[in-house]
Amino acid sequence: MPTFVYMTRCDGCGHCVDICPSDIMHIDKTYRRAYNIEPNMCWECYSCVKACPQNAIDMRGYADFAPLGHSVRVQRDEKKGTIAWRIKFRNGTEKNFLSPITTKPWGEYIPKLADVPGPSKEMRDGQLLYNEPKWIRMDEGGLRTLEQAGLKLKKGVQY
Amino acid sequence: MFAINPFAALSPAVSPGVMQAYLVIMIILVAAGTLFDIVHKGSAKYFFNHFKKSKGKPVGGGELVAIGVKTAVVDVLASGEFCNAKRRIAHLLTMYGFVLHVVSTVVMVFNLSADSMWPHLWWIGGLMVLVGGYWFWFFIRVDVAAEGTSPFRVMHADLFILSLLASVTLALLWAWLGGMVLFALYILATTVLFAGVPWSKFAHMFFKPAAAFEKRVSEVNGTHENLPTLTRDDPEQRERHSMELLKDAPMDMGLGIKREAPRHY
Repeated sequence: MPTFVYMTRCDGCGHCVDICPSDIMHIDKTYRRAYNIEPNMCWECYSCVKACPQNAIDMRGYADFAPLGHSVRVQRDEKKGTIAWRIKFRNGTEKNFLSPITTKPWGEYIPKLADVPGPSKEMRDGQLLYNEPKWIRMDEGGLRTLEQAGLKLKKGVQY
Repeated sequence: MFAINPFAALSPAVSPGVMQAYLVIMIILVAAGTLFDIVHKGSAKYFFNHFKKSKGKPVGGGELVAIGVKTAVVDVLASGEFCNAKRRIAHLLTMYGFVLHVVSTVVMVFNLSADSMWPHLWWIGGLMVLVGGYWFWFFIRVDVAAEGTSPFRVMHADLFILSLLASVTLALLWAWLGGMVLFALYILATTVLFAGVPWSKFAHMFFKPAAAFEKRVSEVNGTHENLPTLTRDDPEQRERHSMELLKDAPMDMGLGIKREAPRHY
């Protein structure tokens, strides 16, 4: 379901051009508005749809599973750190979702790797990755296992 | 230089009646060109049809007036539609500079002995247009900023901005240096600017506010153009299971993607 641009909403800011991983969102040289230059190559990742500050980009649904009258629109709210989806089905059913896109303020809590002392020989030869003991909480008494939590791995499919 | 009415200095060569007639013709050309553009492109028809077809709860007359006032103040007078601060400033400079420049031109042509405030306003308005316009043309125009094309690549769509810049640049040069050649070029550029309305961007005075108005109405009538309406401002939404990780997070998480200008293509 490749993306398309509502030309009347687009103001040509270039956020979609910037973010498209497939590099297929470009600015039209005549109209100076963004457009999808090659829908065949669209990964349908929705990055441009979410990045557009004017909500000018939408998805063109395939007729077989997204029939006329449906709508899937999304709003990414940077300031609040959330993403909201509104799904409208053809029969009138509507579903609304709200989820976090960050749990910490943007741009803070980025590890300053230049200030971190380099790894020792022992760490280099070890199996663990950078910060692994700390970040998977091995330092709080080893890896968390099912046994520790009083659970048991059963064979087969359990319901 | 800044206190002299340039049109009064011109009056021995060109009679005031001719200058006034020229201005009236230009005003008629803009009005007629805008109407032709609206009819030709069907933008007004599209807007009213779209407005009639829109679903959602009915919006009362009082509310419509309030939305109209809000659109006029925020979207028109303050260029609130721009999300890029640079482009907004450039637009405000060009728009108010142009209004000042045109109004003071009309005042000075119809009253050759106008107060010395008017030539000052004429210069200030002209310089505002030049700052906003050249800044826009060389640095923030869409395909220059986002697509990396040369500022010297000229397209049909540039008719408005180029004739505006030519008209104001030549007007100020003529007022500064004098001479009939500069004056003739100034009149030529001005005629292109106002007579080119049907082919240039001038009609955006109509359709941009119309689109902004429509957007505001969709927010009031509940359709929101099918966009989601849930936000974290709603305490009920903060209690959702999906929002558990953001329970103690600040309500302002910063700019996110807008921390950097989109220049990473």
